[in-house]
Amino acid sequence: MPEGTGSATGIGASVKRKEDFRFLTGRGTYTDDINRPGQTYAYILRSPHASADIVKIDSAKAAKAPGVVAILTGADYDKGGLPCGWQIHSKDGSPMIEPPHFPLCKDKVRHVGDQVALIIAETYAQARDAAELIDVSYKETKPIVSLADADKPGAAQVWPEAKNNTCFDWHIGDKAAVDAAFAKAAHVTKIDIVNQRLIPNAMEPRAAIGDFDRATGEFTLYTTSQNPHVIRLLMGAFVLQIPESKLRVVAPDVGGGFGSKIFHYAEEALVTWAAGKVERPVKWTSDRSEAFLTDAHGRDQINHAELAMDKDGKFLALRVNTKANMGAYLSTFAPCVPTYLSATLLAGVYSTPAIYAEVKAIFTNTAVVDAYRGAGRPETTYLLERLVEKAARETGIDRVEIRRKNFIPVDAFPYQTPVALQYDSGDYFSTLDMALKTADWAGIDKRKADSKAKGKLRGIGISTYLEACGIAPSAVVGSLGARAGLYETGQIRVHPTGSVTVFTGTHSHGQGHETTFAQLVSDGLGIPIENVEVSHGDTNKIPFGMGTYGSRSLAVGGSAIVKAMDKIITKSKRIAAHLMEASVADVEFKNGVFTVVGTDKSVPFGTVALTAYVPHNYPITELEPGLEETAFYDPLNFTFPGGCHICEVEVDPDTGTVEVLKFTAVDDIGRVINPMIAEGQIHGGVAQGIGQALLEAAAYDEESGQLLTGSYMDYTMPRADNIPNITVGNHVTLCTHNPLGAKGVGEVGAIGSPPAVINAVLDALLPLGVKDITMPASPHRVWQAIQTAKKAAE
Amino acid sequence: MHNFAFHRPTSVADAAKAIGAASDGKFVAGGQTLLPTLRQRLAEPSDMIDLSAIAELKGIKVEGDGITIGAATTHTEVANSADVKKTIPALAHLASLIGDHQVRQRGTIGGSIANNDPAADYPAAVLGLGATIRTNKREIKADDFFKGMFETDLAEGEIITAVHFPKPEKAGYEKFRQPASRFALVGVFVAKTGGGIRVAVTGAGPGVFRSKELEAALGGNFTADAAKGVKISANGLNGDLHGSPEYRASLVSTLAARATAAAS
Amino acid sequence: MPTVTMTVNGKAVTGEVEGRTLLVHFLRDKLHLTGTHVGCDTAQCGACTVHLNGKAIKSCNMLALQAEGAEITTIEGLAQNGTLHPMQEAFRDNHGLQCGFCTPGMVMAAVSLVKGKSNLSDDEIRHGLDGNICRCTGYHNIVKAVKAGAQAMGGK
Repeated sequence: MPEGTGSATGIGASVKRKEDFRFLTGRGTYTDDINRPGQTYAYILRSPHASADIVKIDSAKAAKAPGVVAILTGADYDKGGLPCGWQIHSKDGSPMIEPPHFPLCKDKVRHVGDQVALIIAETYAQARDAAELIDVSYKETKPIVSLADADKPGAAQVWPEAKNNTCFDWHIGDKAAVDAAFAKAAHVTKIDIVNQRLIPNAMEPRAAIGDFDRATGEFTLYTTSQNPHVIRLLMGAFVLQIPESKLRVVAPDVGGGFGSKIFHYAEEALVTWAAGKVERPVKWTSDRSEAFLTDAHGRDQINHAELAMDKDGKFLALRVNTKANMGAYLSTFAPCVPTYLSATLLAGVYSTPAIYAEVKAIFTNTAVVDAYRGAGRPETTYLLERLVEKAARETGIDRVEIRRKNFIPVDAFPYQTPVALQYDSGDYFSTLDMALKTADWAGIDKRKADSKAKGKLRGIGISTYLEACGIAPSAVVGSLGARAGLYETGQIRVHPTGSVTVFTGTHSHGQGHETTFAQLVSDGLGIPIENVEVSHGDTNKIPFGMGTYGSRSLAVGGSAIVKAMDKIITKSKRIAAHLMEASVADVEFKNGVFTVVGTDKSVPFGTVALTAYVPHNYPITELEPGLEETAFYDPLNFTFPGGCHICEVEVDPDTGTVEVLKFTAVDDIGRVINPMIAEGQIHGGVAQGIGQALLEAAAYDEESGQLLTGSYMDYTMPRADNIPNITVGNHVTLCTHNPLGAKGVGEVGAIGSPPAVINAVLDALLPLGVKDITMPASPHRVWQAIQTAKKAAE
Repeated sequence: MHNFAFHRPTSVADAAKAIGAASDGKFVAGGQTLLPTLRQRLAEPSDMIDLSAIAELKGIKVEGDGITIGAATTHTEVANSADVKKTIPALAHLASLIGDHQVRQRGTIGGSIANNDPAADYPAAVLGLGATIRTNKREIKADDFFKGMFETDLAEGEIITAVHFPKPEKAGYEKFRQPASRFALVGVFVAKTGGGIRVAVTGAGPGVFRSKELEAALGGNFTADAAKGVKISANGLNGDLHGSPEYRASLVSTLAARATAAAS
Repeated sequence: MPTVTMTVNGKAVTGEVEGRTLLVHFLRDKLHLTGTHVGCDTAQCGACTVHLNGKAIKSCNMLALQAEGAEITTIEGLAQNGTLHPMQEAFRDNHGLQCGFCTPGMVMAAVSLVKGKSNLSDDEIRHGLDGNICRCTGYHNIVKAVKAGAQAMGGK
């Protein structure tokens, strides 16, 4: 792949987004904006209890309510359960416990919000009115809610087959080497972390419309998905047994995902199944309250970590013990989050020679937990960067120096970590230095004094992080338990008059693929960006696709497009050689023009395109007409973006309020196609990281299992006045194994930022003797920590 | 929400008639708190009587020693009113802190105080300034109006028509937002009036209340330090995810100090 | 069923609604103006923001019947003859949107917020947008966009 032509719309240019006009004028088409002829509306009656037996469902009265078309319950449901896409094996070799997950509960409800009945009516209001007439008798049983307590003997059991609520008990690394290193350590630092449960809260609530064509027997599902082909595969093959050829899945404009729209949800299967039953389209739209109860939640780990160091502060070994909450069922990718997306990152940016981690996955009577922006990597980064910070405080080594001292050296790449991954490239020293300078780390003392004069406490915090993304090499993830390949497809259709449609298996739900991918192709084929359209999100249009998550779209999906473009250019050269009566070897392609090297003969790309479709003068015995190519790209490795985030905060000690004054993010995301879009991704990720650090937490009542933060009245979403302006810097080392050199940008903001924020808060509170705080550092928590420290000092 | 019959009277008299005729009628003005409640299906009124088309309920006028605000006047109108800013700047400031930009352009003072949400802002000003609530039947002193969580002295079908605020010598309002909802976790209104110091606290307890301790402390010495030194008891204060009773108690004196310092 | 009459984006419209029909559902379901979105059910997120007689309000927090006789402007009514409103243009220029779901409400709130104020500080904008939640942008570019939009509108 060339560096790019330097064109104003090519690689490296901040091209304004092609998709914006429709979004800015209200013409975006999200799932809930779609209405099918003859459409009915579904409302889902959900469990009010965290754990109960369903004794009886009486829907006779509801069935007679105005407008009701059908009422369906678990007894009516005769299809399969929702599958899990990743299998983990425990230490003892036994496979994880995989309980059934039917879209409608059969005999027991296992979390508040579990699906009990599907009510289909002529209008949404009628369906909801009728739902109130359904009489469900439950026999409540004691739920288990606390992750800390769920694996203790005597805890209530979510599933009888999962003893002590344990789904699996997994480990990675060399325990003996780690134990040996700890035995000779000069200093050991220990930390306990709660990485709290978050609720993703894409602004568009989930929605799904099932449609059934009586003439062809074809089903169509319109859904709010990040990966329509994955939904087609999972729902078609495992749940409803509909062959791909009879099932179309469309994910139109999608209003944000952040992971929560990767998974195959019960409602998708229910509307599709029900559409076949009532032979009319069935539409379900989540309201926000339902979203809080039923979207897959994120994070929710408890970690204990220990770091062994020599007398100079060199890291010798790391030992980690993690408990990860799965919720009541296994969501699509839940098992891989605390294991292969979390524990394999424990080396971070450091050359720690020995690492051992144990991870227990635990069922509780709560909503399912799965990937949320960063997925496992924020948890690991938070644990590491809090631990390293604490080690610096304990040993008296400067907190920047301790990091620098332990960084993987620039000349050590490719670097094999003790926990499976091999990093291809990186330069953590440069991102650190740039960030320190940009954030004026050196000038903090003066600024602390200024704050002190106002009665405030200022602090600065740092995080040096790394993540693995560009998900993923299929053979590698297959050996780790993935039940699918994770390649991507790109298809380029050059039309007769030279415009181009690019079909990608990735899905854009805010990332701006329609622009970035158009830039790639416009640059590569030397055609105006206006002539390139990017199509995604429809299984009937796109050959195949694994979708968008794990910061993979450019590194994997973009690489597939580049491969397809290479094929287009190869074929075009042969056509051009024919037209110019030259040998293919002598034909060069640059800026949209084919030339014969050393001559003034040239043919523009448009002429080649036309010739391919109007093959009057064409090498027809050697080449087929037409100009359309498809490529599947399976990456050779993960990609490894990394960098340094620095946060500066001011704490009001009287109220506990933390104000984020400055945030600096210097990242190495590999090759950047559109800097404006890449920066925007970092801004958004950082805001979600600040959200986790200071504002957001899902809380369940530990006795009843009721969600206490079930709306924006209690779940604190970051708003404009919670987030500072964010300074973004970039220091690029290229990915060495994909044709773009791209690493990925979607998640870095959310991965690097939370420990920078908390380390800043703890730096501010250091003079008061506060040594630890649990996220989110809400005003109330900070105030309590100050009071506790004051009492201890008395 | 459940369905209901909708009425849009253009006079207070017609509104009173409409509610009288309804089996379980409810008034709606801006509806900013009521409609979310109905959407959650937490209430099921038979009839909704919309007060927003009644001209006589709207407007702000300087009256005697203070200012009178029609019940259907929006928070934005109060926050931006030159008369309010001049007469009682703390009241305009308080109105500018309610809800958010859009909520302030719909929500009304009458709706807010009739609802008497324990975390609403307006009750603090009404009680803190010793305002008078005027209804279609009578006048009610602020000290007699608020009766605890979501309860007021209003009789069934009684309509607030206006609130009269006497001009204080000085007043200030300080709000500490519940981080998620942006309602008052604690809000403190302090006023130095001809009749003495009044300090009204919202958000902290089951309903707006006057703090005798703060009033006593500020009575002798109307300074931030005097307020800051008052230790508020956490007994009976609210505790939830966003703040323990002790935290709220601490905020009461902190905010009282800040409101006193800002009072004008 | 009662009927309601109002002016939406300059056109007089009349429709049958239930008492409980929210303004946002009247706009989306009866008038097919699907640019106005529903992002929550507690009137917090602001995705449903439209102008009622020139002022930004949350259309999920108002009954359709309460808008009798009112002038409503939705995101579809902001651009004139295919030309983006300066605030829309500023959002595009400054990458003030990603997934686009909160965007219509954000733009409508911004237009209302900056009315008569061409020079707002970042802080004023951040506080002024507290009725709108965006999960994608981190607000940085929204603030830039609103600032630029306000300047382009020149206090109008």
